[in-house]
This record gives sequence, C-alpha cells and structure tokens, in this order.
Amino acid sequence: MADATRLPTTITQVSQGTAAKGGIGESTLRPDGTLKVTGEFAYASDLWHEDMLWGCTLRSPYAHAEIRSVDVSEALRIPGVRSVMTHDDLPAATHYGLEIQDQPVLAKDRVRYHGEAVAIVAADHPETARRAAAKIRVDYAELPPVYDEESATREGAPLLHPGRDDHHSGHVAHPNILHRQPIVRGDVAAAKAEADVVVRNDYEVGMQDQAFLGPESGLAVPAEDGGVDLYIATQWLHVDRDQLAPVLGLPAEKVRLTLSGVGGAFGAREDLSMQAHACLLAMATGRPVKIVYNRYESFFGHVHRHPAKLTYEHGATRDGKLLYAKCRIVLDGGAYASSSPAVVGNAASLGIGPYEVDNVEVEALALYTNNPPCGAMRGFGAVQACFAYEAQMDALAEALDMDPVELRQRNAMSQGSVLPTGQEVDAPAPVAEILRRVKERPMPPQRQWESSPSEGAGTGVDVRALPGGLSNTTHGEGVVRGVGYAVGIKNVGFSEGFDDYSTARVRVEVVGGEAVALVHTAMAEVGQGGVTVHAQIARTELGVSRVTIHPADTQVGSAGSTSASRQTYMTGGAVKKACESVREKVLRLGREKFAGGHPAWTEGAELRFEDGKIVTAGGEAVAALADVLEDEAVEDEVVFRHRPTEPFDLETGQGFGHVQYSFAAHRAVVEVDVELGLVKVVELACAQDVGKALNPLATVGQIQGGTTQGLGLAVMEEILVDPDGKVRNPSFTDYLIPTILDTPAIPVDVLELADEHAPYGLRGVGEAPTLSSTPAVVAAIRNATGLALRRVPVRPEHLTGTGTGADA
Amino acid sequence: MRVTFTVNGRRHEADDVWEGESLLYVLRERMGLPGSKNACEQGECGSCTVRLDGESVCACLVAAGQVEGREVVTVEGLADLARQRGETPAEGAADAGLSPVQKAFVDAGAVQCGFCTPGLLVAADELIEHNASPSDADIREALSGNLCRCTGYETILDAVRLAAARTGQPAGAGAPDAGPDAGTSQGGAI
Repeated sequence: MADATRLPTTITQVSQGTAAKGGIGESTLRPDGTLKVTGEFAYASDLWHEDMLWGCTLRSPYAHAEIRSVDVSEALRIPGVRSVMTHDDLPAATHYGLEIQDQPVLAKDRVRYHGEAVAIVAADHPETARRAAAKIRVDYAELPPVYDEESATREGAPLLHPGRDDHHSGHVAHPNILHRQPIVRGDVAAAKAEADVVVRNDYEVGMQDQAFLGPESGLAVPAEDGGVDLYIATQWLHVDRDQLAPVLGLPAEKVRLTLSGVGGAFGAREDLSMQAHACLLAMATGRPVKIVYNRYESFFGHVHRHPAKLTYEHGATRDGKLLYAKCRIVLDGGAYASSSPAVVGNAASLGIGPYEVDNVEVEALALYTNNPPCGAMRGFGAVQACFAYEAQMDALAEALDMDPVELRQRNAMSQGSVLPTGQEVDAPAPVAEILRRVKERPMPPQRQWESSPSEGAGTGVDVRALPGGLSNTTHGEGVVRGVGYAVGIKNVGFSEGFDDYSTARVRVEVVGGEAVALVHTAMAEVGQGGVTVHAQIARTELGVSRVTIHPADTQVGSAGSTSASRQTYMTGGAVKKACESVREKVLRLGREKFAGGHPAWTEGAELRFEDGKIVTAGGEAVAALADVLEDEAVEDEVVFRHRPTEPFDLETGQGFGHVQYSFAAHRAVVEVDVELGLVKVVELACAQDVGKALNPLATVGQIQGGTTQGLGLAVMEEILVDPDGKVRNPSFTDYLIPTILDTPAIPVDVLELADEHAPYGLRGVGEAPTLSSTPAVVAAIRNATGLALRRVPVRPEHLTGTGTGADA
Repeated sequence: MRVTFTVNGRRHEADDVWEGESLLYVLRERMGLPGSKNACEQGECGSCTVRLDGESVCACLVAAGQVEGREVVTVEGLADLARQRGETPAEGAADAGLSPVQKAFVDAGAVQCGFCTPGLLVAADELIEHNASPSDADIREALSGNLCRCTGYETILDAVRLAAARTGQPAGAGAPDAGPDAGTSQGGAI
C-alpha cells in the first residue's frame, strides 16, 4: 500500500528508568499514549489512500416495510459516482451474523428496522456519494410493526423471520422469540409457603447506546490477488473475516484485516457495520473505498443495549434470609439476532445476582421485533438484571425494616456458594467485603456546593456543584441528599461451552546489542490498554526492557473478542504462555551453547530471566540474554484456552456455564432538586475485586469508565423508539451521555484476591462496575425522594410526577 | 472557492472548497491534519476543538469560508504553541517535545481510546493559558463541552491539575504532585 497513509504501525516502548522494570503490577504508561496526544495516532476514520473513493449507505426510513422496487438509475448518472449496489448486486452470500446469519448485507424485499441498509454508493467525494444515495428511489409499502412481547406473540403477528431453522428455533414457543433460557432450582412453591415477607415488582430498562466517540469507519483496498485488505475499527478481526469471506465470495485467506485505531467500542463493534459494504464497493470498482459514518448514522449503524422488562419476586424470612427468588426477563432483541442468545444466557444465569438463594425460577427470553437490533454492550444481560434485583433488595429491606447493606451481606455469596445454575463459585467472591468497604468510606460533606470560608467572605454558592449545574436552577433550596448501595455479578469470558481461545506470537532477538521482544496478536486494542499489559507481561516473563507491539491483524491466529472482560485474561494469558515457550527455547539454546560453562546450565536448576540476563534462583547471572541469542531470533506462536464450560440445560438451566465471575459494589451519594426533578451525583464510590491488577492505573481507569456508563443509564441515556419503531433521538444533542460536570468523584477501592484458575490470578475488570453503578444511583435517588422508581433512566418528570404515561 | 488561512503557524491554501465544507473537513481531508476528530460533527462532543484566533471552537461548526485570513491552532500545533509561551517541552525518548498538557495526559492515564483527547487537550491548554491554577470546578466547567466515553473523567482532572502545576513551575523544578486546588476562579470559557 505505497499510496496509503495513516496506517497502523508497530509501537515500541522501553521501560522507564532502571529501578522500575515496567513489568506486571506497575502502572506503566500506554505505549500509544504519545501518538494519541500529538494527533498522529491513526484511527479508522483517519485512513487515507491517494486513489480512494468514499462510500455511503442508504438506509430505510421505516421500521417495517415491503420494498416494492429500487431504482438506482438517477444516482448512477451523477458525475463522480463509481458504483451503486443493492441486494441484487451481491456476489455471494447475502446474509451474515455473529451466531445466526439472519441479517441481510443489503435489504431484500423487506426492511425490518428503521435504519436498515438498503443500498450503497461509491463516489469520488463523500458529498457526491451522499447526494447520489439520496437519489436512489425506493418504493416502500409500510407494514404493521412488531414492537413488544404482546405484539410479537399475539395471534397473527407478522413473523420477523418466517421459516426459521436456526438452533434456537426448535425450543421457543413462538418464531418471534429468538431464544429462551429457564433456570429451575429447588422448590419455589414450598419456599414461598415458608416466607414471612414477599416483594414483587415490575421493572424496566431503557435502550442504552454504547456511544463510542470514534464512529464506524474503515478502508477496503482491493488486492492484486483478487482479495481485499481491510483496515478497520473492530472488536474481533477474525470473526469479522469469517463473516466477510462468504459475503465477498472469497476464501478466508484472501480477506486480510488489520486493526486501525479504534475510538472506543463497548460492544458496539462486535457486529459488522460498514465492513462488507466497503469491501463490496472496493471489489466492484477496483479502487480503495473508505466509509465513515457520521454520528446520526452511527446510531443506526450498530446494535444497542437490550431494553428489558423484568418481573421479580423475592421471599424472605423475618430476619432477612432469602428463601426464594423468581424472575421473568424479557429482552427486546430487535430485528436481527446479533448476540441476543448470549445476552439471554447471561440474564438468566446471573439474574438472581450475587446472593445465595436455594429456590429459584428464572425465565429469560429475547424477542424479535421491528425495533433497532440489540446486541453487545458492556455487561450485557447482567446489567438489566442487576438494576432489578438490586431494586428488589432495597424493597425487601424496606419491607423488613432492615438496613439494605446488611440484608445484602446476610445473603451474599462467597467462595463455595452454588449459583442457580448449579455451578459452584470456586474462586474468591468477596461480596460482603466490597459492600463493607464502600459503606465504611467517609461521606462527602453536606452542602458541598457551599464554597469553603477560605475562598472569601460569607458563604458562596457554586452552582456547578448543584443539581441543574450551570443552568443555575437552584442555590440549594429544594435539594435533598440520598445514599444508595448496589452490588453485582458478571461472568468473564465466553460462556456456555463456547470454544474460547486466544493466540499470541512472541519473538525475542538482539537489536543493537540488546535483547528485545516483539509481541504479535490479533487483539483489538479499543482503548482498554491491552497493548500496555502485553508489553508488561513480556517484560516480566522475558526480562527485557524494550518491547515492540506489532499491529493486530489476521496474519496471526485469532485473539477472540475484546469483550466479556476477557482480553487481559485470554490474550494476556496467550502472551504469557508464548513467553514461557520462548523462554524454554532460549534455555535449550543456552544449554547447547554454554554446556561447559556455568554449572546451572547443566544441573537442571531453575533459571529466570531478569534485566536482560539469565539468572539462577539465587539471582546469580549465568549469561546475558543477548549472548545466548546472538544473531538468532527465537519465536513461538501459541494458543491459550480457559477451562472449558458447558451449555445450560434448556429446561432446567443447570450447567457449568461460566469461566469466572467478577464482583463490584457501589455507594452513590446524590443530591436531588425535588422541585425540578434534577439529579446531581455527588460521589460514586466503587470497590471491586480484580484478582490481580496487572496495571493499577489502567484497572482503575476501567472501573471509573464503567461506573460512568452505569451512571448514564441511571439518569440520562436512552434511545427513544416510537411505537412505529422509529428512533427519535439519534444525535448527541438528544441522546445525552455524562459530561465532566455530570460525573462525580469516583473513589475506587481495588481488592486483589487471586483466582487460581486465571493467569497471574487476575479477574476481568471492565464490565462489573457498569452493573452496580446504575442501581446504586437509583437507590440513592429513591432514598432522597421516597419514590419507587422502577424504570431507568430516571428522568426529571419521573421525580416531579409530571411525566406522561407514554414515556414514563 | 479558495480559502487561505494559517494553521499551526503555516500558511495554507485550499482550492475548490465546497460551500458546505467545514473547517474540520478542510483540516482532516485537505491539509493532512487528522488530529482534530470527527466524533459527532454536530458541535456536541468537542473532539474537534481547535483555537480560531485564540478562541476555542468546534471545527465541525465553522464553515471553511469563515476562516479566510485567520489563524487556527490544532492539536498538532500544541507543542509549538507551548514553546511560544515559553513553556518547557518534555524531554525523554518517548515523549520528546510534548507540551505540558500533552505530557500530563499521558502521565495521568487520561488517555484510553484517545478519540476525545485532541479536543480535550486544546480546551485544557486554553484553560491553563487563562487560569494558571484552576480549581476542580473551573476544570469541570471549562471541559464541560468535551465528551469522553472511556475514562469517567477522573484521570482527565488529574491530568489538568498536573499540567497546571507543572506549567506554573520554573523549568527544571520537577513534576509536582498536583492535588485539588481552591485557587482563584477566573471562569474558564466554554
């Protein structure tokens, strides 16, 4: 690609100083940090090729309609337009999908959601492409939409996918139910008869958007061998390739992907967006094609968090011992399957939360509807359930007149507890302890908006610290403080029998007299800091200072997805294993070269790699790594797997379904202007067990970021969809995410209780804080207002009682 | 139309600019300066924040024609701008030449995906230029037009405190450990 610029490059990092080795456990800095602060880092939307065209997508304005005809002739006549494609122009496979191939690359005969891709255009200039797309004439005949459980399953409901033959179709009661997972354990009816107190409520979670900042984008370059090179922002290069190759009619090896800079992901890049479209246009025109979504299109270009309706019932003894729990969780999967089956599995298996309950009945299901497709977002399935079961804990505590933290601690699971799935929790589960830690933290001062006396005479008011902020809506009158707690449980890694693995290639060689390591994986660095950790692992395992991170691509084996809090565990584990293998090879080489030298070589003694040397267990240097290697490069590529899991039984939900669990607890302190319904979150403290913080700075960064996304779901973030399936707020003007003024101090207490099954004892970190943050904030608002608040996000009208039934 | 303006101290000319083109498009697609980011192109996220004649603006909301004859500073020009103000650039193999604000963002862990970073850097740099020791509330106010989805903003606050403290230090005085500061509030511009 001589004519292309702004492509991903290798990044080399040298550990700083001599005392600090830059290994695991240290807060080493990001190797890509300097490039990111100078503006040089090449994100997917920055890719550029001298000869490139710009692609554009025409999307459906209706949620459900028949396509009677598509006329592209006028678009094709516009000067500068190089290609226009519809479903009829697709060369090979016409559908794709992560688990079920039910999504058309371009719609054929029917559109199933607002924003579905219907046609694509390539032109010399992005504006030409946009104008040409607007000239494509599509004759639609609107169809009645399916939008909730009742409309999806009633007699005569239109079927989203008639003639389903996927592996879930056999066990669901209606073809518009995508997947259903029950869990049955113990005897709920008998336990109910024993219960002193029963609490039953309905809950609702709105549709959240991942709202990553770097929009969907990529550059597809047709290659001389008839294949295509795609530079792309994604979460999983190999699964993109596996979906693309059949659509392009190419063997997998001719579809080569390289990760470009990724501006956040949070689940939204698990599914394909513009990948197939750019590759198809590149192959049709023989020219590189770049597609970049704008924010409006981005809201239609990726899946969202499943909105959910949940019904929970808990029964307990008078002293607060949970006797049984029942729940029904209905997730709206929208028009296509995406990762909905896994979301159902998580919602069901984690639906009761981090509590010991012997008698359980759970039913979780996902619907096919004409709403926007929903799939992966940070904490999926577990987030929705956590909001409901934590609200239940507070409701139960109130019914029992018990402290809500004490109720939780009394029922908290611990190592050795058995989940409703029958799976034993066989690693530390410090649920009661993390609750204790957030509870014992000192409270932020009352009336924190009043400026301290040192700042000047009299008591000043800083409106920036009040609900309403710079809108200057109150100076403290009508403001009530509330405090709330929540705790959650999230699985780490891919569950339910999925063959989850990662691959790493590590090489060590001498460059300029110094032994250096090269780490090559296909891990998608989406901002989480995997590249930082890989360099740290290589330093710890190989004793080198200088580590080069190769761009992630499909020239090395799959790393699996950057999701499910799994990458440090999985690709970190693969890098560790590859380093161990390289170390063995280096030692073999050393034994051959230095057989007559230091006795440690021949005694079979343990030898370590430190500071560029090979040393005995006692620390005595036996050789410089560079002297062992000389001009030889030692390399290995290895595959790492976590322990196997098994699917949940389709009737009882029993099974060893998960690899590892992650726990976080929050305490939220809020101030509510009860007259205007405005909420200011004053502090959102978190305690989380991370097993081992490979990079404490990055670990805390994940916890604070996840916490903030949970705060967004609590009080502001929701994609509003009309009953006709149309999205009402696809912009950052109308879909609000927390700003720095909305986000409070987030003190974090990190526990490191090792999980012996995991590399270095670590525990996936990214998702757990997104679970408990939301219910903690809402609990605090309930505490301030006395309102029930059974729906998130909580909006001002829910607090003032001025909301309409339609949106409340 | 032809538009002529100064970017990071260098005179640039853009030909055949279409009337609807934004300053952001001209910078990114015509001038080879993709540092200013295209996160929303609606003036809501601040990722494309640049200085226009010294004022922080969203480049996506400025029509290319409006910058005729004017001066623009982007993230790519922050190090030069700091040098012009007499600030000491960072030394070291990895971060040579970074301005104090840029260096502080790396050191404080304020960068994750980094897509919001260029805009935040320009906004934070302007804040510290006008308010050498901003309080936390000043920082929050000044950066309230810049969305970040990864960090939860805590490390961004750390970075700005650190940059302000380092900028206020004489050269070679080392890196102070910046904490919250109740200093004078001059009201950072939004």
